Amino acid sequence: MSATLFVQQLINGISLGSLYALIAIGYTMVYGILRLINFAHGDLLMVAAYAALYGMLLFSLPWFISFPLAIIATGAIGILLDRAAYKPLRQAPRISLLISAIGASFLMENLALVLIGGVPKAFHRPNCFSHVIIIGGLHIPVLTIYSPLVTLLLVLGLLYIVFKTRAGKAMRAASRDFEATRLMGIDLDRIIALTFLLGSSLAAASGIMWAMKYPQINPFMGVLPGLKAFIAAVLGGIGNIVGAVLGGFLLGLFEILIVALLPDLAEYRDAFAFLLLIGVLLFRPTGIMGEPFIE
Amino acid sequence: MLRAEDLHVYYGGIHALKGISLRIDLGRIVSLIGANGAGKTTVFRVIVGLVKPRSGAVHFMGGEITRLSTHTIIQRGIAVSPEGRRIFGNLTVMENLELGAYNRTFAESKSGVEWVFSIFPRLSERQAQLAGTLSGGEQQMLAFARALMSRPKLVLLDEPSLGLAPLMVQEVFRAIEQINREGTTILLIEQNAVAALSIAHYGYVLETGAVVLEGTGMELLKDERVRKAYLGEE
Ligand SMILES: Nc1ncnc2c1ncn2[C@@H]1O[C@H](COP(=O)(O)OP(=O)(O)O)[C@@H](O)[C@H]1O
Ligand SMILES: [Mg+2]
Repeated sequence: MSATLFVQQLINGISLGSLYALIAIGYTMVYGILRLINFAHGDLLMVAAYAALYGMLLFSLPWFISFPLAIIATGAIGILLDRAAYKPLRQAPRISLLISAIGASFLMENLALVLIGGVPKAFHRPNCFSHVIIIGGLHIPVLTIYSPLVTLLLVLGLLYIVFKTRAGKAMRAASRDFEATRLMGIDLDRIIALTFLLGSSLAAASGIMWAMKYPQINPFMGVLPGLKAFIAAVLGGIGNIVGAVLGGFLLGLFEILIVALLPDLAEYRDAFAFLLLIGVLLFRPTGIMGEPFIE
Repeated sequence: MLRAEDLHVYYGGIHALKGISLRIDLGRIVSLIGANGAGKTTVFRVIVGLVKPRSGAVHFMGGEITRLSTHTIIQRGIAVSPEGRRIFGNLTVMENLELGAYNRTFAESKSGVEWVFSIFPRLSERQAQLAGTLSGGEQQMLAFARALMSRPKLVLLDEPSLGLAPLMVQEVFRAIEQINREGTTILLIEQNAVAALSIAHYGYVLETGAVVLEGTGMELLKDERVRKAYLGEE
């Protein structure tokens, strides 16, 4: 492989990884608080992509209004998801939560299927995201550059909220001890809602960028990225935000490099991602940054 | 200031509180003593709304709080140091304290920190440390200090001396008396009957979910049933 091609693939890997990273954060934050793998999380990409598209199509909104609105709407749906599917089960065994999550995922996908139909829709990519920069032999779509930059900004903002604000402190406290958190006079339901709001908004940002990168959207578009991001979260150490970001970037690089180095096996890139998951679970179940689980 | 009336609590089929009534007057130290399993922590949990009684009521500062959510009850001016400390080990000492003043302003939180550091100077030296790395005694101090951060009207302490070395126990009890002198009302739940009754204005003795004796701290200390049951005298 030539040096140019290698750099090209490296950039592609980082860009793809940044999209995984944004989704993985939501898995890890919800897991950190509820000890739940929120299997409906990936479907929020789809929700955000359709919301952004219809904002532009039906309401003729410019992208810079439609995208933020779609992110807010998806954040609200994330809160609704918790209220409807998880909150009634706070005292229930964890397996009930998991089943509820899978049910919520099917519900969202099939609701979209009924309301919108299964035919993929073209996502209108705004012109400013369609340019390609050519440097030497490198062809870099601007979107490939924007995704990691947007991710970086959002992650910095998130880390600020989690580590520097009062609500962030309460979130970290809640991830350790629900009851003691309530005994501080903290409304736990609001803290959980905030967790879903943040995780879902980040997934929404990722979903919109995903839709611009692969501009055919359908009701099931969130499933595979969702699963990949789940792998990324486990790879980084589930429950750890920085780990999720790291895991996302590593998985993106891993996938793209498999494609680049073993072109014959490119069709199996998803299989390789799942092999990686199995490997992590077998040899380092706590992931790169996770602490050993104490239960 | 706080009045509990005829509380009945069931855990499944277990009748854990069988009609408990008690009152805590403003400015007092009230001790609740009893052997392991007597129902002391259950009383604590009912007051803060973590367990809802099947019947009975709790009134605080003239209003009923029996059915309120935990955070609302705490916001009304009750603060707690729960059994087993329950500090947030993944947060620093300072962050733990700040959570104790969650519903207060930034300025109130800052003055709260100064106040608790004056009572527990050792916490000040450890403020940047992760709370999980503190010794057991220091964690107890932190749990206590965290409860004081909101400048509560009433503090509930559930077994603050459990598992502490004698010197540390003395320090905790000295702090209880000090904050009481400064105007905070206290419900002290203890198995350490002598220590708890010595500093109490009033006390209740719990046995298998019922109050079997009550009186001033002095009266209870002199009572021969108390001496037999809790002080190991024949
Ligand atoms: N969550 C629970 N489920 C079932 N039984 C409980 C629970 N908590 C306490 N109990 C029972 O209630 C009784 C009182 O317990 P507790 O209030 O913790 O007593 P104490 O604090 O005085 O040791 C005990 O018999 C205990 O076994
Ligand atoms: Mg107890």
